[in-house]
Amino acid sequence: MNIIVCIKQVPETTEVRINPETNTLIREGVKSIVNPFDAYAIEEGVRLKEKYGGKTTVITMGPPQADAVLREAVSMGIDEGILISDRAFAGSDTWATSYTLSAAIRKIGAFDLIICGKQASDGDTAQVGPGISAHLDIPQVTYVKKIEDIKDNLARVERMTEEGYEIIEIPLPALITVVKEINNPRLPSLKGMMRAKSAKIAHYKASDIEAKEDCLGLNGSPTQVVKIFTPAPRIGGQILKGDTPEIVEKLAKELKPEIH
Amino acid sequence: MPIQIIIEKCTGCTLCVKACPFDAIRVTDQPGGRKAVIDLNKCNLCGACVPNCKFKAILLEKPQAQIKTDFKDHKGVWVFAEQKKGKVQSVAFELLGKARELAKALDTDVSAVLLGENLEEEIQELIWRGADKVYVVEKRELANFQDEPYTKVLVELIKKYKPEVLLCGATSIGRSLISRVAVNIKVGLTADCTGLDIDPQRKILLQTRPAFGGNIMATIISPNYRPQMATVRHKVFPESVSDMKRKGKIIREDINPDALANRCRLLDIVDEIESTVNLSEADIIVSGGRGMGGPENFKILEELAKVMNAAVGASRAAVDAGWMPYSHQVGQTGRTVSPKVYIACGISGQIQHLVGMQSSKIIVAINKDPDAPIFKVATYGIVADLFEIVPALTKRFKEILK
Repeated sequence: MNIIVCIKQVPETTEVRINPETNTLIREGVKSIVNPFDAYAIEEGVRLKEKYGGKTTVITMGPPQADAVLREAVSMGIDEGILISDRAFAGSDTWATSYTLSAAIRKIGAFDLIICGKQASDGDTAQVGPGISAHLDIPQVTYVKKIEDIKDNLARVERMTEEGYEIIEIPLPALITVVKEINNPRLPSLKGMMRAKSAKIAHYKASDIEAKEDCLGLNGSPTQVVKIFTPAPRIGGQILKGDTPEIVEKLAKELKPEIH
Repeated sequence: MPIQIIIEKCTGCTLCVKACPFDAIRVTDQPGGRKAVIDLNKCNLCGACVPNCKFKAILLEKPQAQIKTDFKDHKGVWVFAEQKKGKVQSVAFELLGKARELAKALDTDVSAVLLGENLEEEIQELIWRGADKVYVVEKRELANFQDEPYTKVLVELIKKYKPEVLLCGATSIGRSLISRVAVNIKVGLTADCTGLDIDPQRKILLQTRPAFGGNIMATIISPNYRPQMATVRHKVFPESVSDMKRKGKIIREDINPDALANRCRLLDIVDEIESTVNLSEADIIVSGGRGMGGPENFKILEELAKVMNAAVGASRAAVDAGWMPYSHQVGQTGRTVSPKVYIACGISGQIQHLVGMQSSKIIVAINKDPDAPIFKVATYGIVADLFEIVPALTKRFKEILK
């Protein structure tokens, strides 16, 4: 089975803090990491290869330094990494990003399954995974929490919903996005880390993926960001003091209007 | 070069450095003094620096490709009315309320789109809740949401009737469906909006959404494409009120059978009823963290939840310890919720938890540790033993809610 895992390099959100004086983001020393949701996609790709055999490829679109997240995926057991990087991709929104990734996947060639994390922790859109499958015109299942079985080119998966889950049968080639419940990502092994260090990461530029120029970067992006601002941080209110009955009485009085 | 610093104007003041969400600008010593330099490998051309520069020293070239600017043939604000088991979900009523405001500003009307099977009563409700028109496609193949047929049917309706704006809930259905639709018809889509307005001059949709886990907000437009599409976070806008005097037009569409083709097969729908109310629908959530001490203690939260008609949530720590199922997890890797009341019991308030609940209207925090970060966001903080407060609260609510 040929598996392609799509990942993104993101800033470690926990370290993004607001400077109360300037009301701007403090970015000094913010680390770049593999999008937390993509770790589950990487792990699932590696597990499927262990179970069914085949080859795993990890791809990312980003600046040259995104090479680091590809190597991290290789250290977890992925076979090969491809960096999709070009100035022509700058300013891509989710439409252009999913177009670019789908063009790169076409260039890679035959695949059975594409796995993405459910969303990235910086943009939080959850749009790129379904966007890729739409560009490639393949079936998709989002929010997969379990792959029950893959047999005769049919995967049976569980899709998480607000109320529980659905069981869906999906023919390959297909795309799935995965949630945290699907697995526990492994830590890189020493051997994996050694391999990652020396692994050859392929580099696709715009000219390599036979992409239409007007579908790339800013020109290919229907949406434009017109304003970025920091919301007023939520400010703590009051501490309720007293003994238990007093506290409970105060709280009950405040909450009662909200309860129906 | 799509973005550049006009060296003559730059004073090296570093305002742009602070404004950049991508850490792409540095001020360095150059022949003409201290000047800003943009690292094009990091720059995402978002433009956040441009308005922050007091000296108009940053030039960002916006795309010139104005493919189309005349959209007179696109009219109306549409709401995708998500249904499950034949019942329209409340997020659709929230969207109808907002759609009416937008339609007023655009001087147009509001339509709901409803796909499914046996939906007669629901059609009427959509009209009472604010739809001037309801487009209905009733087919057995559409009874339950499935990505492919829903995408194709919605794409056909959009192509035929050309709405100006399309809103959809940012739910597990909406986020899957609309992303596919947006690619197929090549239009812009903004995810998970918490604010929607019409620009009074340009008459375009201003879509505001949180990013970086709510640490920053972005306003996004899609001026050169129609419809302008957005998914909208549940529980942000109030539901429209049902008015049984409202009249509307019902348009039943017979759809090309090819559009109903589906490569996937839905084998089963499993509802997990671990708590009385589902988290994303709940107006009140009682949530427990590491301070609960063990799975057996969640019983006291369930008792309080039952009295308050609330759902039970959990922090990542409680889920990772195996005390509660993942479906209850609130936070970055779990669900984002914004109930009217969120009661955090024994939750310290790590940033990953806060990003999943800090838009709640009222936050109550009960924790023994007075330095717990949760108190920084709590409307009401209680520094005490939750095992004393929670049962007492349950008892008190039992009395007053009789």
